[in-house]
Amino acid sequence: MTLLLAVTLFVLAVFLGMELIAKVPATLHTPLMSGSNAISGITLIGALVSAGTEHTTLTTVLGFLAVTLATVNVVGGFLVTDRMLSMFSNRRKRRE
Amino acid sequence: MSTPDVISIGYLVAAVLFILGLKALGRPRTAPRGNLLGATGMLLAILVTLLDQSIISYGVLVAGLALGGLIGAVLALRVQMTAMPELVALFNGFGGGASVLVASASFIEAVDLGRADNQLAVAAALTALIGAVTFTGSLVAFAKLQESLKWSGFGGIQIFNAAGMTAGVVLVVLVTAQPGEWAWLWALVAVGLVVGATATLPIGGADMPVIIALLNSFSGLAASATGFVLENSLLIIAGSLVGASGLILTRIMCVAMNRSILDVVFSAAPVAVVGDGDEIYEGKIASTSAEEVAMLLETASRVAIVPGYGMAVAQAQHAVRDLMQTLQDSGVEVVFGIHPVAGRMPGHMNVLLAEAEIAYELLLDMGQVNPTFAQTDVTIVIGANDVVNPAARTDPDSPIAGMPILDVDESRTVVVIKRSLSPGFAGIANPLFAADNTLMLFGDGRQATLDIVAALVNA
Repeated sequence: MTLLLAVTLFVLAVFLGMELIAKVPATLHTPLMSGSNAISGITLIGALVSAGTEHTTLTTVLGFLAVTLATVNVVGGFLVTDRMLSMFSNRRKRRE
Repeated sequence: MSTPDVISIGYLVAAVLFILGLKALGRPRTAPRGNLLGATGMLLAILVTLLDQSIISYGVLVAGLALGGLIGAVLALRVQMTAMPELVALFNGFGGGASVLVASASFIEAVDLGRADNQLAVAAALTALIGAVTFTGSLVAFAKLQESLKWSGFGGIQIFNAAGMTAGVVLVVLVTAQPGEWAWLWALVAVGLVVGATATLPIGGADMPVIIALLNSFSGLAASATGFVLENSLLIIAGSLVGASGLILTRIMCVAMNRSILDVVFSAAPVAVVGDGDEIYEGKIASTSAEEVAMLLETASRVAIVPGYGMAVAQAQHAVRDLMQTLQDSGVEVVFGIHPVAGRMPGHMNVLLAEAEIAYELLLDMGQVNPTFAQTDVTIVIGANDVVNPAARTDPDSPIAGMPILDVDESRTVVVIKRSLSPGFAGIANPLFAADNTLMLFGDGRQATLDIVAALVNA
């Protein structure tokens, strides 16, 4: 991938991200933050390649730590967001 | 179709799922589905990555995934809703830390194989810096939120941070100029780790939601920078989506405080606690009892409840719901006034009140609730301090001067439920407590609220 292409992707995604989030009600600020936080755990896929390549012991150890940390981020992030959001929808169901 | 193509197409679909997920997370009705879409995208991305032919051993991967998954699940399912800000900060830090490790490992590998060029080096350097700052910054935020860390820095910490950041920039240049020399990268990681911690140390109180949102943004940017190291399109896209959404949230929080982000990060010198408020409070504090508050409430037609961080600490959200229910049953109109930075993270109060099953239509934001205080008979402030401090309006020298506040002092009577007269996180006295129309109900937030409910029911 050329640098220019990578920068293009970056800039377009930043604008897209700002458009997506522009008008979010305060009620959803926390779930949005923890949900997007889980998505930022995407660094996990880089960690998987680093750890699995077994280039040297050092890179494997770094990779293993990275996989572990990123997985905590991903699994914990999505689960806790789901827990929060289910509180919102439980209440709605009960009132209906 | 070749394996790299399968991976690329998988990444494209995952990116689309992330975009749809984030969009859906922005609306109450679709938010649970949005989270599910995001998780599905992540699962897909992980599965296609495992097809990568440069992966020769799966043992380490399975171990890391299992261990991380277990820790993440236990933390997420066990945590109290009141401890949510700490947990979000912790997860955030882990994401940033993972990015540093990935970028370092890839950079070392590239150096060994003689493939390190300037482009790779600058990307690795930026990842190391942003990721390391995110990691320790989040851990310090976590410790401060847990209140296991009370130290807010040392004299001259702002100068120290400025020097650290300068060193960071110099090291980014050095890493880039000499890509074969990875010792510079370790130095950069070390500087990032120190600056992340020392920059977060002095930040407290109402500034916490800003920092949590900013660190959230950083963890996305770190992932995006890792994408430049690995030349991985999905990392670049997903990371910058999160980076951008975090920046938007940060901006919303800053606007709510009438402060710029630079102001929050750089001018948050350790605030000397301004006296203990004796000269303001002396002889002007009217203390009350639960029975007296209940009598006030019986004759009220409109009641506003203003929660703050203290409600979270006292776990009082369910008691507050009972109070609301009791008042509504006797025909009193009850609304909640939510300051955008009440609590320790964006939307903190909304999450707690949702847990207590309070309809979110009753949760009014600052713009909606402020014009109504003048028509409100009783406003109950529970565990909020700085966000209802009229000094923000009246005292230009106050540390919180100019911050938009909830004008609770305009209601006919204000009842403040609080343990003591101790200052809030901003460390300043609150003239509201001494106002003529304010009654102080001293005690634990939860117990005091339950006492009021009991007094109402028994009346």
